Amino acid sequence: MNQRLMAAENKTLHPKLRVIPRLDIKGPNLVKGIHLEGLRAIGEPARFARHYYQQGADELLYIDIVASLYGRNGLLDLIERTAQEIFIPLTVGGGLRTIDDIRSTLRAGADKIAINTAAVRRPEFIREAACKFGSSTVVLSIEAMKRPDGSYEAYTDNGREKTGLDACEWAVRGVELGAGEVLVTSIDREGTGLGFDLELSRRIAESVPVPVIACGGAASAEHVKQAALVGQVQGAGIASMLHYNYVKRINTNGDHFGDLETRFLRTATISSNFQNIGLAALKHELEESGIHCRPAPAAEEVVL
Amino acid sequence: MTAGKGSPVAIVDYGLGNLHNVQRACQAVGMAAKITSSPEEVRGAPAAILPGVGAFGDAIASLGASGVGEALRELVESGRPLFGICLGFQLLMTESFEFGHHQGLDFIPGSVVRFHNPADAGSRYKVPHVGWNRVWKRNPDGTTGSGSKTLLDAVADGEYMYFVHSFVVVPSEANAVASTTHYSDVEFCSSAGRGNVFGCQYHPERSGIEGLKLYARFAQTIRNHRMQSDADPVFSRPESAKVTGDRPSCAQGGFSRSGTPRG
Repeated sequence: MNQRLMAAENKTLHPKLRVIPRLDIKGPNLVKGIHLEGLRAIGEPARFARHYYQQGADELLYIDIVASLYGRNGLLDLIERTAQEIFIPLTVGGGLRTIDDIRSTLRAGADKIAINTAAVRRPEFIREAACKFGSSTVVLSIEAMKRPDGSYEAYTDNGREKTGLDACEWAVRGVELGAGEVLVTSIDREGTGLGFDLELSRRIAESVPVPVIACGGAASAEHVKQAALVGQVQGAGIASMLHYNYVKRINTNGDHFGDLETRFLRTATISSNFQNIGLAALKHELEESGIHCRPAPAAEEVVL
Repeated sequence: MTAGKGSPVAIVDYGLGNLHNVQRACQAVGMAAKITSSPEEVRGAPAAILPGVGAFGDAIASLGASGVGEALRELVESGRPLFGICLGFQLLMTESFEFGHHQGLDFIPGSVVRFHNPADAGSRYKVPHVGWNRVWKRNPDGTTGSGSKTLLDAVADGEYMYFVHSFVVVPSEANAVASTTHYSDVEFCSSAGRGNVFGCQYHPERSGIEGLKLYARFAQTIRNHRMQSDADPVFSRPESAKVTGDRPSCAQGGFSRSGTPRG
């Protein structure tokens, strides 16, 4: 057993990176944009969520991109359906303004909630949420854009509204108020496939003692590797790269898929920027290059 | 399908945390379970699950005030299975040093302490420890050091499970350890058992198919216990307790706040 434990010890030189598919939701659709704008509908979110779960996703991230009260019940239905068939952590963000919003989201089946706009408007909201539901349930979501002087500013409302807050200082404050994780999205890189903003990731990761998840820009296994090694984050949120791969896969297999996926493929000229790699293969490639993560399950379904 | 004598398994609600996904995991393996904060329902249940996220002090105060702590003690003493998860695992211990010093349920002797090497802001090893990590079994058959059977025989050695925690359990008897996990330079106890009580630091309900196997094994344990009780109502203790001679430690002090801290 000692030898085995020593082998285990060698496996822990780096903490395991969490690979987290990010699904931006608008009404009934999974959507994707660039710089959080120009949203295109891609398909049915639950289908993508199921696929990512079977492929070994470590967690899932749902962001309600419209974040309006209109359609909120639809989102709760989606969370509930997801929670019944997907037994990995689910974080839900977008438009959560009150303790009651959080409660109904958790009740529907979310494990964690991500807050941005409401926390910027009233930072005490973080403390209240953490007291009520536990720090580990509360994720501070920061959308950041680089300033000309090289620092980063936090934005709200999908990158539309400036806050005047320095992203790193805001991360530190949010964690002091009780946030258990920080999700940082680079608006500059989001949807571009140019790779994570490693400087932003590293600055945030070095500022706070809690785990940090980077979002925005991933287009290859190498990008994800860099997020762990240079960006020093504990989780990588990935959207376009995985969505493109899955849509292409549906197309190749000749499975039926809806109009949305077809149209998305036709219009998604930018998809050539993205490595055509699925989640299971991505995790394998990461492991091969020395970034440890939980391997994809061997069998997609196991009878209990 | 009902796991017990007509009554659902009690998922203990002490006002903290999200219990719905614990209930969904029970449903997924065909185990009827009810979220409850009623001592009577816990007393009448064939088994209980003590889940939870949140603060130890608040949780134990709530369990004491509601009488559920006492009901759990009766459940454990009667030999029925109890499954503690995350904070619920920590609550099974004698005491905790999370934000002060608190007495626990004392079903497994030991204490709850912060990771001994709290990560700095710049460290890659963050606290809380959030994410998937490997669970190394103490024995290949999933038993504890003292030979108590646990749910761990349902999964392979080194299986990945999902963790979210800043504090770790340190059983005062090494024999209670059923598995360990490595994080940074710390090797901590990730599962422990004693007689009919089992607890784990990870969240099996969030650990995919492998995690659900622990729920399925719990359902089976309840069925076995029920058959045993029906066959021989006088000796209702589970096999593991008889083999090892383990007695739930609550019999020697239990939930009362006068108990002296150990370890």
